[in-house]
Amino acid sequence: MTVFLRSWQGAVALILCLAAFASLPLLAADAPAPFGTGTLLLIFLMIAGTALISFAGISPSLLSTILFVVAHLAAWLLLAGIAGNEGKATLAFFLMVTASWLIAWRCVAVLSGIHAKSAAGSTFLRLLIPAIFGAWILIIWEAITRGFGIPFILLPPPSAIGARLAGSVPILWADVQQTIFKAVLFGYVVGCASGFVVAILADRFAFLRRGLIPIGNMVSALPIIGVAPIMVMWFGFDWQSKAAVVIVMTFFPMLVNTVVGLTASGAMERDLMRSYASGYWQTLAKLRLPAAMPFIFNALKINSTLALIGAIVAEFFGTPIVGMGFRISTEIGRMNVDMVWAEIAVAALTGSVFYGVVALAERATTFWHPSNRGG
Amino acid sequence: MNNAPSSVVSARKLGLTFETGDGPVHALSNVDLTVNKGDFVSFIGPSGCGKTTFLRVIADLEKATSGEITVNGMTPEEARKSRSYGYVFQAPALYPWRTIEKNIALPLEIMGYSATDRKARIERTLDLVNLAGFGKKYPWQLSGGMQQRASIARALAFDADLLLMDEPFGALDEIVRDHLNEQLLKLWARTQKTICFVTHSIPEAVYLSTRIVVMSPRPGRVTDVIDSTLPKERPLEIRETPEFLEIAHRVREGLRAGHSYEE
Ligand SMILES: Nc1ncnc2c1ncn2[C@@H]1O[C@H](COP(=O)(O)OP(=O)(O)OP(=O)(O)O)[C@@H](O)[C@H]1O
Ligand SMILES: [Mg+2]
Repeated sequence: MTVFLRSWQGAVALILCLAAFASLPLLAADAPAPFGTGTLLLIFLMIAGTALISFAGISPSLLSTILFVVAHLAAWLLLAGIAGNEGKATLAFFLMVTASWLIAWRCVAVLSGIHAKSAAGSTFLRLLIPAIFGAWILIIWEAITRGFGIPFILLPPPSAIGARLAGSVPILWADVQQTIFKAVLFGYVVGCASGFVVAILADRFAFLRRGLIPIGNMVSALPIIGVAPIMVMWFGFDWQSKAAVVIVMTFFPMLVNTVVGLTASGAMERDLMRSYASGYWQTLAKLRLPAAMPFIFNALKINSTLALIGAIVAEFFGTPIVGMGFRISTEIGRMNVDMVWAEIAVAALTGSVFYGVVALAERATTFWHPSNRGG
Repeated sequence: MNNAPSSVVSARKLGLTFETGDGPVHALSNVDLTVNKGDFVSFIGPSGCGKTTFLRVIADLEKATSGEITVNGMTPEEARKSRSYGYVFQAPALYPWRTIEKNIALPLEIMGYSATDRKARIERTLDLVNLAGFGKKYPWQLSGGMQQRASIARALAFDADLLLMDEPFGALDEIVRDHLNEQLLKLWARTQKTICFVTHSIPEAVYLSTRIVVMSPRPGRVTDVIDSTLPKERPLEIRETPEFLEIAHRVREGLRAGHSYEE
């Protein structure tokens, strides 16, 4: 029992191997390009052998390396074998994919138990573990779409999306320039900056605060779909109207967060400023704004997501013939779902980079906050 | 009105009533007190007797509702605007985004001291509170006692003759407290500041003060003012002398009288 507990993933992988062996072949009899016997044997031996090794008490770094290599090599062989045989996978195929997935799981489990000695090593581990997770989402996606032969327009396999991505770099790049570099960045900067400035004014003049905050909450509940066509009417088809939508969407989160953040400093800290006979602007610069930084960065992060959504959706309501939203809406009409997915992948990537940059800036600015101090 | 140049704080029939949800709270009533230049005055009394409130009235962080008070011969507001006091709060209240030396620089920046002057003052006050070498640390990297010393350094950095301290050592252990008390006395002798000091500890009050103000609650008022007969030079051992114990006894009696009023 204790031996089993040492690697339950290995035990289950072994059982799955046996079950798959009993229900061979991996592909239906009418598959155009069945697996070669050598490949088949290699896959089975690798997975079963590694599952057994995972019980042995060898060093974690060696074990995780073996698990890593075998899990991904086996997955690679399985996926390579299914190409051209879409929809012909049998139960045995999926059992083997599951078995290699379990080996990868074991690998992650071993990796998370390792305490790296050097800083570079721990960074590497911190990046490797989510990378394995991400890779397996793609592997399972690929195996299911190709294995079951899911229609292309419902869900294309990631390999097809990747190929499309690689083949349309100039188009995608033009779209990114139009949507991200023009509409999103301009709208984001102007929206956040004006929200911030108005928040300071609202803080200085109470009547503005009482009037603006309720309106702010109302406007942030407005559906962007309603605003976008109006902005197109006002500012034309090009990126300016999309930037306007982004400004409307990002202005109020920044306003509301900054106004709340400016009240975040403690009574004692404010009394201290008062005891120095500090003026309004001095207290603002030296106490209230630094104390508000966590709130301001919260708004910057929310807005980085909102800006991307706003710009893409706004392009559904009329654009020149370039832009990520434009591409998505036209390509879906032409059933080019792989292109749509390629745009989605690009949007996800740029969105993550955008968010990551803001989060890094936050870490550098609010390092003092109890939630960031550790270590 | 006692506006003689030697009086730093002078209160006449001072009263302060907080209007709260469940009726008025008489935090201070009929307080008559004069603090002279160079005095070290301790305020002692049970919780809620208005010690903090009195200090806050001096500092113009709270407005008296009756009576009169002058600070350096001015109204508290004028005194605050002319930056005549340094306030040490019960908690260090250091800004976590500033290093210790930047925290000490805070009042200096606000009051417009030049960069070179700031640097010299930071160095001097860090030395004064035995924190030399810790200037580049952030407050949350220091112990509670060190943080409190840094907040004292901050109050000493600029030229205010009056130091208001509200239980500055309340949260510290006995040994650190003894040490800081000794340091504070030396500092007081060296800088010749006037100090108003709130405490709950009788030995601390007797050890430090030239005058001890005993207060009692409901309504908050002064019940006794005891002038210390101890010499200015006070080693820690002075706390075992009969003279010291005699004063401590008087303070205790004063506190008892205030307490029996409650029951
Ligand atoms: N802002 C306020 N609003 C209403 N009541 C207050 C306020 N500040 C103080 N009080 C009341 O005034 C009275 C005196 O308070 P104060 O803080 O001066 O007491 P203290 O002597 O400093 O007590 P402690 O030794 O516990 O610090 C208390 O009854 C308190 O509840
Ligand atoms: Mg108090």
